[in-house]
Amino acid sequence: MHVPDGFLDAPTSVATAVLAAGGVALALGRARRELDDRTAPLAGLVAVFVFAAQMLNFPVGAGTSGHLLGGTLAAVLVGPWTATLCLTVVLAVQALLFADGGITALGTNITLMGLVGVWSGWLCYVVLRRVLRSAGPAAVPAMAGVAAFLSVPVTALAFTALYAVGGRVPIPFEALVTAMLGWHTLIGVGEGVITLLAVGSIIATRPDLVHGARGLATARPLEIRTGASA
Amino acid sequence: MGGQLGPHLHVEGTSVVHRLPAHAKLVGLLLFVLLVVALPRDAHGHRLAMLGVAFAVVAATRVPWRHVLARLVVETPFVVFALVLPFVAVGPTMRVGPVTVSRDGVEAGLALLLTATTSVLMAVAFATTTSSRDLVRGLQRLGVPDRLVQILAFMVRYLGVVGSQAQRMKVARESRAFAPRSVRSWPVVAASAGALFIRSYERGERVHLAMLSRGYTGRMPVTDPLSASASDWARALAPSVLALGTLVVAHTA
Repeated sequence: MHVPDGFLDAPTSVATAVLAAGGVALALGRARRELDDRTAPLAGLVAVFVFAAQMLNFPVGAGTSGHLLGGTLAAVLVGPWTATLCLTVVLAVQALLFADGGITALGTNITLMGLVGVWSGWLCYVVLRRVLRSAGPAAVPAMAGVAAFLSVPVTALAFTALYAVGGRVPIPFEALVTAMLGWHTLIGVGEGVITLLAVGSIIATRPDLVHGARGLATARPLEIRTGASA
Repeated sequence: MGGQLGPHLHVEGTSVVHRLPAHAKLVGLLLFVLLVVALPRDAHGHRLAMLGVAFAVVAATRVPWRHVLARLVVETPFVVFALVLPFVAVGPTMRVGPVTVSRDGVEAGLALLLTATTSVLMAVAFATTTSSRDLVRGLQRLGVPDRLVQILAFMVRYLGVVGSQAQRMKVARESRAFAPRSVRSWPVVAASAGALFIRSYERGERVHLAMLSRGYTGRMPVTDPLSASASDWARALAPSVLALGTLVVAHTA
């Protein structure tokens, strides 16, 4: 999924870098509200989690396996602003310490995965949560799953749009859209199902940690039971 | 080499490239790759020359070639893409043996292959000669917002810890006869991801408390800032100067 150097021309790379810098600057201010002064240590550890989760392969069949992108998962778990920062840091470390993803394409990759990937998933989740408010916390994993599924083809479409602007090869646009959408809808199914299951397992043990479930999960008041229970 | 979190690239050394301050190296890397990306589409000879520069820089790091070449596998998807390009692009066609391919597709595929290889080589040269601590100091020196640098510093610091936790969970799964073979294994993988998140988050909380008790106020003190002399800058920017010259030549030609 990482865009390498030379895929898009220099003006497009610079323009997406400016866009990414703006988004990250905004996120730096807003993430404080999600995590207060714990931002740096917690966001750092969540970034490690995203990095490690991308290493978890799940078998797709026929000997191939996919891996999680984690944008929507992170947004639902820790909030979209912090998720943007985490994905940014993960992409920067991958580019600078692991030579994965282009250096000049870092802005493009942050724009695609950190901004479009996180925010399309988060907006979709917010809309679903508003529509299905009555369903309560039980619906959170399913909503996160649907949002994660949708975020993958949306990100692919954003990439296609960038390619139409700054691509260096005359590939027919419709063919590229069809190929990218088809392929990424499949990838999105894996992303959606794994996100659903992962959020489900976290909600079962620590519902208080899931940012997207705040206000939905009814806090259970402390019960003091007297007398021996049968 | 070859941890569960992918090969850690850094190799200790004392070469010229190792001794350069991280911020100067980073600026040099970014400028060089940007200039190579900006080369005109049909300037294949110029691109090849830049690939030569990248090889020279890697050679100057004195890191074993085996280590460097193993890292080029990250390029594989784009090599495939570059090979497919001649068949899917439109425009004037040309015949290569028995097949008809798009001339623009061949040109673009070649350009992509050369540019991506050049940049991966340069990125490997940077990654193998820069420790994660130096990367953090370099970003600090370049004026990257403090919060972002801190998040990156925490991430890099706990990469190994969380990585080995993930590895222990993998061993635990496999010692219970788990083998990821089909879609039926997805719930197990997802539950592992969930458990890993909870453990990472709780570790983050503990780290924060431990830091508070040591006087953390939300800022990290800069203990020994990096500095670069004029000759450091000259060395770090030498590839970029070559690239700039090539770019000018390619445009005037």
